[in-house]
Amino acid sequence: MKNLKILATVILATLSFASCSNDDDLPEVIHEEEIITTMTVTLVPDNDGTSTVTLKTQDLDGDGPDEPTIEVIGKLVTGVTYNGTILLENETENPAENITEEVEEESLDHQFFFTIGDGLDVTIAYSNFDSADNPLGTAFTLTAGDASSGLLTFTLRHEPTKPNTGLDDAGGETDIQESFEIVVE
Amino acid sequence: MRAYTFVILLFCSIASISQNCNSTLFGSVVDLHDGSNLAGAVLIVESTEQVVVTDLAGKFTIPNLCNDKYLIQVSHAECRTIGFVVEVKGDTSKAFKLEHHLEELNQVIVSGKAYKSTTKTIFENTLSKSDLERFSSGSIGDALNSLSGVSSLNTGNLVVKPMINGLHSSRVVLINNGVRVQDQEWGAEHAPNIDINSVGNLTLIKGAGALQYGGDAIGGLIVAEATKVPVKDSIYGKFSSTAVSNGRGVSMNSQLTKSYQSGWYTTVQGTLKRFGDFEAPAYVLSNTGSFERNASLQFGLNKFNHGFEVYYSIYRNKMGILRASHMGGSEDLFRALQSDKPLVINNFTYDINTPKQDVTHHLARVKGFRKFHDFGKLSIQYDYQRNKRLEFDIRRGEDKDDASLDLQLDTHSVMLDLDARLNDATNVKSGVMARYQNNFADPDTGFLRLIPDYNKYDLGLYGIATYKWSDNWLLEAGGRFDFVHMNAFKFYRNSFWESRNYDKLFPEIVIPETVDGQFNSQVLTNPKFDFYNISATIGVVYSSGAGSKFLLNYSLASRAPNPSELFSEGLHHSASRIELGDLRFKSEIDSKFTLTFQQENEKWSFYISPFINTINDFILIEPIGIQKDLRGSFQVWEYRQTEAQLLGLDMDASYVFSEKLRFQHQFSWVRGYDRTRKEPLINMPPVNTKNELVYQNKSFSNLRLAVQSEYVFRQNEYPDNDFQVFIPGLGATKEVAISATPDAYHLLNFKSSMDFRINKKSKVKIGIVVTNLLNTTYRNNLNRLRYYADDLGRNVLLNVKFNY
Repeated sequence: MKNLKILATVILATLSFASCSNDDDLPEVIHEEEIITTMTVTLVPDNDGTSTVTLKTQDLDGDGPDEPTIEVIGKLVTGVTYNGTILLENETENPAENITEEVEEESLDHQFFFTIGDGLDVTIAYSNFDSADNPLGTAFTLTAGDASSGLLTFTLRHEPTKPNTGLDDAGGETDIQESFEIVVE
Repeated sequence: MRAYTFVILLFCSIASISQNCNSTLFGSVVDLHDGSNLAGAVLIVESTEQVVVTDLAGKFTIPNLCNDKYLIQVSHAECRTIGFVVEVKGDTSKAFKLEHHLEELNQVIVSGKAYKSTTKTIFENTLSKSDLERFSSGSIGDALNSLSGVSSLNTGNLVVKPMINGLHSSRVVLINNGVRVQDQEWGAEHAPNIDINSVGNLTLIKGAGALQYGGDAIGGLIVAEATKVPVKDSIYGKFSSTAVSNGRGVSMNSQLTKSYQSGWYTTVQGTLKRFGDFEAPAYVLSNTGSFERNASLQFGLNKFNHGFEVYYSIYRNKMGILRASHMGGSEDLFRALQSDKPLVINNFTYDINTPKQDVTHHLARVKGFRKFHDFGKLSIQYDYQRNKRLEFDIRRGEDKDDASLDLQLDTHSVMLDLDARLNDATNVKSGVMARYQNNFADPDTGFLRLIPDYNKYDLGLYGIATYKWSDNWLLEAGGRFDFVHMNAFKFYRNSFWESRNYDKLFPEIVIPETVDGQFNSQVLTNPKFDFYNISATIGVVYSSGAGSKFLLNYSLASRAPNPSELFSEGLHHSASRIELGDLRFKSEIDSKFTLTFQQENEKWSFYISPFINTINDFILIEPIGIQKDLRGSFQVWEYRQTEAQLLGLDMDASYVFSEKLRFQHQFSWVRGYDRTRKEPLINMPPVNTKNELVYQNKSFSNLRLAVQSEYVFRQNEYPDNDFQVFIPGLGATKEVAISATPDAYHLLNFKSSMDFRINKKSKVKIGIVVTNLLNTTYRNNLNRLRYYADDLGRNVLLNVKFNY
């Protein structure tokens, strides 16, 4: 019986301890540091006569139900070569965080792929590389061919097999993927 | 011990003078604790040197005794030998009571009797210590898988979640040493946090009938108990080690027990398991290694009418998750499905990289009991559990090595139970339970919380009565009431909150921002839930004298929705899908009828158990469409409540050809149906059958050889969840075929073991086991990683166990 008494005391003590936990504190809000909300592809022509083309996709709620908004400003001009750069940002942070810097720091673990859809006449070449001289692709050159239109898709793979011959044997998982409707005039 | 008795006998024996010597002493030898009859007990009459053995019913007869006092020594294999002084006057009857306990060293004679059954009218499957030891290097899920009607929902080969008659996760309750395990069991990828080597006896109850543990075990209950310690002066232990070819690893377990005649005892036990990458027949399953460390300590006092016990265990397991299962959008999923081998295959390694899980579970329990004469047994128990779950994803940047999920679940419970014997025929069990639980999701992960912070309070009351109508009939009825209150703090994305219409439905739970933009495009809410759940059971058993038994049981169970069903809102990487919960869910209500027929005789035994399970407001998850974000397109899966029905049949049979050879058969079938949508339920176990031939020769070092065939049919009933999605890399719309189930497969397993006695007290058992003997390539419908890789290839296990 004595054991029972001791036990009951222990239990009461623990219960009163447990019920004292403070549930008045509100939980801390989490800033998602890793999400990419925005990709801006800037295509700067290498001659002065034509204008810059900008491709932008933005999805501020991450995995939430809102779909990304896609914007294409400008048209490509036949025969012109453009210097392309890709800016990845997390705009849930203030000021927006530049994710391209992180990708470039971990260049061995990343690669951009460019998929040229049916009908579109452009050629793309990598202009930056990782420390092992394999393509990275946050900078590239795009040469516009004949007048045409079609989809141009940018895919960023995380931990791909490097080197590779393209998306098919690159493996890894997709960090970002977006298709833009492109017109060459 | 025997010498001691002999000394007593020497001093106490009374020389008998022959006079009227045709009296007979008859009676029985029974267990002091439960009154059961002990067969095979040896009685020696000191002065006449007569020796008799009790028959199967525990009865004995000693003829030709004089009217005198005799000293009779009674011994039984599982008991302490005791000398009794008996006065014979004419024909005399006498019941000898022995304290019947297991002896750890002699496991061959271990029977289920040392462990109390939990329900009377639902058939209970049990796995004894010797059965469990064959799975020493595996998990508790692997061991349960060997029972009919049990399958498992796997994530690879390390996360093995028991599935009972087609139901799993929150619908299966796991009791470890009287404590309801609180280990985030809602997660389909969360394995039970319990060390198989700390379990002495495992009982499976296919239904919610065991109301003392809870009223929400819609699928069933698994009750794990530590090995019982005998009340005698002894010290014993064991060490076992298994080397495993597939995974190139080793599992070690050691246990030591010290017990005293006075009832004091203590046991310490520890387990260590380390495996590298496992292998399918054709390739390495990269990043599937594990490192598991467990320990437990138990001490207490066990007297006949009072006692207490303190128990503590720690379980820690670090597990790699197949690297190729970590997905981006639907394009990644499509590529994985198109490929017949995993998209990432590296060389074998012991390293455990991301994605991985690191789980720690502490369990501490204090319990005490006292038996009151003419009243019953009163038990009180307090337990505390802390579950820490870390999950690591493939990440980028500074947070690369940080967990993306970090949950800490603390649970305190108090239980008071009374087991009262009202009269010879009626037994009543009743009790109350109070529980407090706190979940804390660490915000440092940098990911939105999968499960929010919450406090949960449970209060339960139950009563179960059994009435023995006659020698053949037994009735059982019980009821339970549970009150569950949950108070959560949950952040929702603004966009989700509004798209769900929650802003109109639940404006009152929103906590307003005190500074503009404080919550960063999120809504902080304080949802509170109250669930009032009723559960009940009623059943009857008919036992004929001739070894056959009928059991009929009806159980009503209610389960409150779990945190994942209520709060999910986001991407699930290994399934490449977005999962959405619903705040409006009600409790699931389940009605299950189970009929069991059992027949046993010396030659053969047979058990068949059909059931029908009807669940109102059954919570399931199903696809509702495609959602696009910057990582690509994802299929969206949403939880929904429906009317479900499960029908099934479990069957076991065995036939003894000779003393050395027997055949065992198992068959399980279950069919799950969504009655609202008129379609099959997802993830139902396919029909399967196991057939095993066992040769055992007790006189030849207890040689045991067994060949087992396991045939798993293709699951032909599944809902069509395939979807069409535009794959930019291919420039085309493709069908992502996630519904089709894998082909039927057949596996052959071989098991062997031999015992070698080193000295009077020590024994070595050596065993060789080969699973998937033919190195068959297969995929299992219930393995969540079946889309990405084949299941395990051949595995050779060498086990050495030393008892001392």
